[in-house]
Amino acid sequence: MLTPKKLLLWMIPVPVLLVLCLLAGSSGFGLPDISTLTGRALLDLRLCRLATGFVVGSALAMSGCALQAVLRNALAEPSVLGISSGGSLGAALVIASGLSAVSPLILPAGAFFAAAATLLLVCLLANRVGNYAPNTLILTGVVVSSMLSSFLMLVLSFVKLRVIHSITWWLLGNLQATSWPLVAGVALLVLVAFIILFTEARTLNALLLGHETAHNLGVSTRVAVPLILAAATLAAAAAVSISGIIGFVGLIVPHALRRLTGANHRVLLPCTALFGGTFLVLCDTLARTLAAPHEIPVGVVTSLLGGPFFLYLLTRKGERTVL
Amino acid sequence: MITLSHVSASYRSELVLDDLSLQIACGERVAVVGPNGAGKSSLLRVITGLLPAKGGVQLAGRDIQHLAPRERARLLSVVPQDIANDIPYRAHDFVLLGRTASLSRFGGPSLEDQQAVEEAMTLTETWELRHRALPEMSGGERQRLVLAMALASRPKILLLDEPTSHLDLRNRAEIMRLLTKLNREQHTTILMVVHDLTLASQYFDRIILLNKGRKIADGSVAEVMNPSLLEVAYNCPVLVFPLPGTSVRCVVPSFRF
Repeated sequence: MLTPKKLLLWMIPVPVLLVLCLLAGSSGFGLPDISTLTGRALLDLRLCRLATGFVVGSALAMSGCALQAVLRNALAEPSVLGISSGGSLGAALVIASGLSAVSPLILPAGAFFAAAATLLLVCLLANRVGNYAPNTLILTGVVVSSMLSSFLMLVLSFVKLRVIHSITWWLLGNLQATSWPLVAGVALLVLVAFIILFTEARTLNALLLGHETAHNLGVSTRVAVPLILAAATLAAAAAVSISGIIGFVGLIVPHALRRLTGANHRVLLPCTALFGGTFLVLCDTLARTLAAPHEIPVGVVTSLLGGPFFLYLLTRKGERTVL
Repeated sequence: MITLSHVSASYRSELVLDDLSLQIACGERVAVVGPNGAGKSSLLRVITGLLPAKGGVQLAGRDIQHLAPRERARLLSVVPQDIANDIPYRAHDFVLLGRTASLSRFGGPSLEDQQAVEEAMTLTETWELRHRALPEMSGGERQRLVLAMALASRPKILLLDEPTSHLDLRNRAEIMRLLTKLNREQHTTILMVVHDLTLASQYFDRIILLNKGRKIADGSVAEVMNPSLLEVAYNCPVLVFPLPGTSVRCVVPSFRF
């Protein structure tokens, strides 16, 4: 674990890295000529994409961090509770019905509400069966997620090839089709989720020791657990609504940071949001520049870059913690 | 301090506490013994309000159902049998968790919180470990930290569920010495679930024997460490012999191999 001073040292490269990512483009490295209309538009596009990447990365990472604590499961991430499957089905239905052509806001709104409704369903079922016990929540989430994936396949089997392409492209995840109002709206939702989770950071610390210990420490688990799940879903659903499915960020960033900062969520949550955002911006920069002008799906880069780094942390000498 | 009147509790259809009544006064040191499945841990869960029960459960004269979670946690602390020990908490952060009920949601720990943590860590001789991570520690060190976490809230009542079961002789004696000191000097009421009957007779003035959710005996060491009572409760022949010059009773099964 890093001391607070060393942790601050780790944060110094973050702004530098973000500026470098802003300068990197498929047309080359450097600031676009802002004296021309095209240059200004290009810079605006890069800034918007960088902001989208940062917001989405932060949201996915902090959502994964909260879910890993509340579910006490090392493999927990937004997809475990069906958030990703719900968002995917919502987006697929919007695309298949042709509603996405009516307004650019309908697709993210459909994905967002479907993801949120999925979690609501999972929570209602889990509460009925096992009083929000972690294993019950995970099992219910996996079953609901699997059912929604089947519905998605059913939708795919009935639509035209052109629509299949659109849905598949959305499912691959990308940070392209955003606008400033959309990013600002999503950032606001993510900020609300962050504030809720940060105020519940001590509750997350207690929940990491188990629901019974948390109860003994004075946590009202019947109130705190649904609140944390709702905030984590708000962040993940908001992210999924504009980026599609981007895996791995919600899983590895919290794990990597937990090994560096320790498990105190008062430190871990802000660090996860900061480094999760930076990580996705970095991955997106690589995705759009490595094989330019062709663009690699960003989810491929998050896995290829994050996986080895995570394995390195996992096998580092002297480290034996899992969560 | 703790009053249970005609308490019954069950997990789904299985009755785990059956019409149990008991009173524990302020500053008492009480051991709860009994065979596996007797309802010992369930008794602790009922007292903490985790397991809903029929009948009355009162802490310091107040009904457990009417105590807010934070208020309850400031009144009583629990040392569980097992606690997740692979989580990378620094020892100081871990003990600070004991102050969850008093900590502000937004700000950092107050001076009082810091003092309570230092006091609890000094008392349990863990202050030197404060910068180390939990997974790097031995079982004995971890158990002392769990106790420090429970003491950080400065509780009036301490419930313990077999806290010494995984410890060697020296660490076991250390924990018991500490609990006795707490009880004598700070008048903390202690209710501890114990499997080791010899240990129970060595460190406790009063012993409650449970079997199948019912109270079989409640009294002094001499009253409860009675071979005929123990044989009925444990369904096993036992030998009880006093340790010369003490009130301690050594209890061993009398099976021949």
